[in-house]
Amino acid sequence: MSTITDPDRGGFRVSQLLSDTRYRAITFQVIAFLLLVAVFYYLGNNLVQNLRAAGLNFSYGFLDEAAGYDVGQALIPYDSQSSNWQAAKVGILNTLLVAVLGCVTATILGVVAGVLRLSKNWIVSRLMAVYVEAFRNVPVLIWILIIYAIMTVVLPAPNAFRGDTPDSTMLMGMFAFTNRGIYIPAPVFNAGSMIVVGVFIASIIAMFAYRAYAKKVLFDTGKLLPTALPSLAILFVPALLIFFILGRPIGLDIPVLSGFNFGGGIKIGAPLIALWFALSVYTGAFIAENVRAGIQAVSEGQTEAAAALGMRPRRIMNLVVLPQAMRVIIPPLISQYLNLTKNSSLAIAVGYADVTATLGGITLNQTGRAIECVLLLMLFYLAISLAISAVMNAYNNSVKLKER
Amino acid sequence: MSDTHAESVAFVRDTAIPPAPPPNAQAGAIKWVRANLFSTWANAGLTIAAIYVIYLILVAIWPWLTNGVWTAPSLSACREVLQGEVGACFSVLTERWNQLLFGFTYPSDQYWRPGISFLLLFAAIAPVMFFKLPRKLLIITALYPFVAYYLIWGGTILTPIIALLGFVVGYLAYARLVKGNFAAGFFAGIAAAALVWWIGGMIVGVMGPEAPWLEEVPSRDMGGFMLNLILGVTCVSLSIPLGIVLALGRQSNLPLIKGICVVFIEFIRGVPLITLLFVANVVLAYFLPPGTTFDLILRVIIMITMFASAYIAEVIRGGLAALPKGQYEAGDSLGLDYPQAMRLIILPQALKISIPGIVNIAVGLFKDTTLVSVISMFDLVGMIRGPILASTEWNGVYWELFSFAALLFFIVCYGISQYSQWLERQLATGHR
Repeated sequence: MSTITDPDRGGFRVSQLLSDTRYRAITFQVIAFLLLVAVFYYLGNNLVQNLRAAGLNFSYGFLDEAAGYDVGQALIPYDSQSSNWQAAKVGILNTLLVAVLGCVTATILGVVAGVLRLSKNWIVSRLMAVYVEAFRNVPVLIWILIIYAIMTVVLPAPNAFRGDTPDSTMLMGMFAFTNRGIYIPAPVFNAGSMIVVGVFIASIIAMFAYRAYAKKVLFDTGKLLPTALPSLAILFVPALLIFFILGRPIGLDIPVLSGFNFGGGIKIGAPLIALWFALSVYTGAFIAENVRAGIQAVSEGQTEAAAALGMRPRRIMNLVVLPQAMRVIIPPLISQYLNLTKNSSLAIAVGYADVTATLGGITLNQTGRAIECVLLLMLFYLAISLAISAVMNAYNNSVKLKER
Repeated sequence: MSDTHAESVAFVRDTAIPPAPPPNAQAGAIKWVRANLFSTWANAGLTIAAIYVIYLILVAIWPWLTNGVWTAPSLSACREVLQGEVGACFSVLTERWNQLLFGFTYPSDQYWRPGISFLLLFAAIAPVMFFKLPRKLLIITALYPFVAYYLIWGGTILTPIIALLGFVVGYLAYARLVKGNFAAGFFAGIAAAALVWWIGGMIVGVMGPEAPWLEEVPSRDMGGFMLNLILGVTCVSLSIPLGIVLALGRQSNLPLIKGICVVFIEFIRGVPLITLLFVANVVLAYFLPPGTTFDLILRVIIMITMFASAYIAEVIRGGLAALPKGQYEAGDSLGLDYPQAMRLIILPQALKISIPGIVNIAVGLFKDTTLVSVISMFDLVGMIRGPILASTEWNGVYWELFSFAALLFFIVCYGISQYSQWLERQLATGHR
């Protein structure tokens, strides 16, 4: 009879640490552990010595000191006397802002381009192929700089809107495209506006309730209730009625030229536009490829089977192909969102005050706290990445094919 | 049974009628246009919209391209030539091509050196890319890093020779001992190479020649597209072995080693490359022994290599996971130990599956090398944003410069991705 394990020759010999599979794993891990400790000790020791030589210590006290610099665009109150921590928070919010805006537009662009690339229309599919290849194969930094140059060089200065026969006019009298940014009307909430907002939120809930009811009716009785038009009606009609009954409580603050610049409205700075747009078109090209791959991954047999059951093409797409394609599309889509968020750190190249530019740029340079700043910066991005991958794992588990 | 006989009927056709041509609307260009462009009303609308978009783009770009000025010393001279018409000022490219390609401090009489290295790159990379070329050509690939280093940096020839010698001695020691035990061969190889480099370092220190054959060019003089290529090629080739090690470590069943690799990979993949470049620029120096000065380019190479290796490790892990379990079990049942099974059975197959993914990572990494301009290195983008756009002659020439940069990157990246697709078709045999 043969034995699988090494025969026990009695007693323990030192050579078994290397030759015996039972002990070898422990040996290797102990060696790895010692090496790890040695490396960390070496680096830490160097760090301590270097900090002592430079007369520095490791502390986050500088976060409470006044930052002393201005940022172009802040979502929360901020001036140059605010603390460095406030500047970092401004940066974090700006990063999240551009990331969310970018993800939404990139998804829209990507889905449209991905579906059109599969179109049977030769010109349209070629055009989309050109778009995808052009944006995928050129660094996003170059796109950001090109679009920033368009924003600042091609668009007119606020001056051009002045006079009786101005060189430039506002789009629909509401939107001003200038080289300092785009000015859009801001909503003004007067008394009673909360009722309108509340009714609108209630309509959203009612719309989903109606769709759920239509689905239930379909599954119970086989009757198909119309959904598209009733949904729109439920969504907008009550809110509009209340809006006019209450005498238009929500107004618009339209930007107007005052002095050398526009006042009123909301200003979206040129750096934000450039970054947002460039990240959207760049990531959109990648998403288009993911969407295309996802739709192509659904086998032809599914479409044919649905057609054999007598379904119409649009219903085949909505009920058979897309639900299956989603399972393939969503994971790479979420990793594209992650990439977009990380690429938003290129804001520093166009002077958009994201967290890399405030905490990792100006604060770092002014205080000289390189290690603390970079560490904090990395922890922030790491937290976002881990949060997004947690969402992705949860989604993957929920749509996983249930095997029994 | 049929009663009809050939003799009893008046006429029997014994040749086929030549096929009639299809109706005009069902053939040739017209059919193609109707089927592909105007099959439905929605389709026709899309076609017209697409043609309109193409028309708009052409109208905007065509005069700009054809009116381009190729000889003018500055933007203002360019505008004089154009006299208010729309036109590109391509003379910035003819005037500053050397800065765009080589950076602004690389000695101009030495441009032939990076030029030759660039041409040799194709010879070195060909045997790696095309499996049908004779395997002996891989010797060129192995020699290339030393030749290219010597050509680009110059200085004493002893440095690359001793580096090469170390690798040769290390490989000989490895080849001699690997038959018995992989670990012994591996560590003996490293020890032998380190010994050669240590002795060689002393020799170079003692007898560096006074006047080297090739003038020494310090790293800070590297710039332009050359810097992008140096960073891209170096970091990709260094990160592949590191990525393999990390992927194997992540698959390992030793908890500590697996833990180290997982933490490293997830950490690197979770942070943007810019933060790692900040580390290279301002933080790394704190972790080195006091008094050591370190080339910025070397620090950047270290950080980008770490960055790329984490991504490549994930691609290779995908390849390892895609292999059927039977391959691992077959290796075990043949009595191979872990290094043998990995080297002879698992890795060759897993790497083959991962090649397209690795190529994608390489393209992404090459594009990401432009990020070094943020830490004030003068790569192609850094040259454009820094010295050229800031100069009095060319202040304001955005489109020509950015289109040139975009074009260079597009050519390289599109070429590599086309290669990757071709390779996928080549490798598609036998799987699925």
